[in-house]
Amino acid sequence: MIPGEFTYHRPSSVAEAVAILANHGDEARPLSGGHSLIPMMKLRMAAPEHLVDLGGIPTLKGISEDGDTISIGAMTTQHDLIDSGLLSAKLPIIAETSRLIADPQIRYVGTLGGNVANGDPGNDMPALMQCLDASYVLTGPDGERQVAARAFYEAAYFTALAPEEILTSVRIPVPAAGHGYAYEKLKRKVGDYATAAAAIVLTMNGGTVGTCSVALTNVADTPLFASEAGQILTGSTLDAETVKRAVAAAEAITQPASDGRGPAEYRTKMAGIMVERALARAAERARS
Amino acid sequence: MSDIEQIPVTMTVNGKKVQRFVEPRTLLIHFLREDLNLTGPHIGCETSHCGACTVEMNGMSVKSCTLFAVQANDAELTTIEGMANADGTLSALQEGFRQMHGLQCGFCTPGMITRAHTLLQENPNPTEDEIRMGISGNLCRCTGYQNIVKAIQYAAAKLNGTDFQEAAE
Repeated sequence: MIPGEFTYHRPSSVAEAVAILANHGDEARPLSGGHSLIPMMKLRMAAPEHLVDLGGIPTLKGISEDGDTISIGAMTTQHDLIDSGLLSAKLPIIAETSRLIADPQIRYVGTLGGNVANGDPGNDMPALMQCLDASYVLTGPDGERQVAARAFYEAAYFTALAPEEILTSVRIPVPAAGHGYAYEKLKRKVGDYATAAAAIVLTMNGGTVGTCSVALTNVADTPLFASEAGQILTGSTLDAETVKRAVAAAEAITQPASDGRGPAEYRTKMAGIMVERALARAAERARS
Repeated sequence: MSDIEQIPVTMTVNGKKVQRFVEPRTLLIHFLREDLNLTGPHIGCETSHCGACTVEMNGMSVKSCTLFAVQANDAELTTIEGMANADGTLSALQEGFRQMHGLQCGFCTPGMITRAHTLLQENPNPTEDEIRMGISGNLCRCTGYQNIVKAIQYAAAKLNGTDFQEAAE
């Protein structure tokens, strides 16, 4: 399997990369880790005439903290996310999720930016970013704009990113210290996309849920922010009846495909189970 | 003939500096096998699942079927051909695979050994679970993995100067 021909660009700055993209429009694609794009190019399902390798832009890599926000450069790899002391202290759900993505070799190369920008509903980071209420920084010829992860995804592989823009970083508000979290992913084997997965971040006040946010992976054309499920759980004591209502609310917004991972009804049910399991683990981890 | 410009690449492969001109679409695995005649890294699934094409690049295990050679410009690469000790004797991992019968048909072995090499660099004393997760990007269709795990445990013990008492299954 050999990709089609293309002209290779390796810019050393974001401005240079954006200029190349603006010049070539739809015929150009940015390359980050390439573990989604290169397989598509090998199958000739993608055939960009110009490939803009972002690997030579040092400013796109790294994790930093600025007040209540953590900023992660788009070219930061899954391996870097797992390795980060700052993230393990402030946002441990990111490493937990990264470890469930693909396999070790792919995590050395696969990037956060690529994972969230590609628009593949199978990717795990988009739902997590919705759960965390992250924003994406998009840089184009006219400068920067920010789009909330919850408003970024339009359909499978269709996002708010314009062809001449690059997703340069992800900004995540740091959740309260002592928050509970869990990413639960059902998959058939290492390296598989989720049959269904759920991300949950919550805070507890005594025995009551202070805040709760829920998002789902790979049970629709886009990641799903399950706002109603989160609202039902907020203020509750996580009693069985409330949890059941929240699970039903999460299941109700799913629209999975029937495929090798199971019939749609099964995947909807599994999304509910993932919510239930993530909720139990997040509550156990939360400090009141 | 293509009118796409060939691009110069320089890399250090198994300690030797190499320079070539490549078409941008040349995958790293094809560059290694066809331009450098290093046929140890294998082409298995070609879809980044099987890990037979695994090589070490700048201290990371990567699947060379899912990288372009141009992305490895200026990189340090090690393939199975660079795994033996400097005097040509088997490395601890190679010896472990031999002693513990860590291979049958041998197709996955170059990828397994290069992957295990990086794993032991990062974690010199892994648990069985850590080994199994560490090689979860490498498929073997013969051994059932049992003896591969033992081969890696054998190598870790040898490198740590401790005894590995278990026998191959």
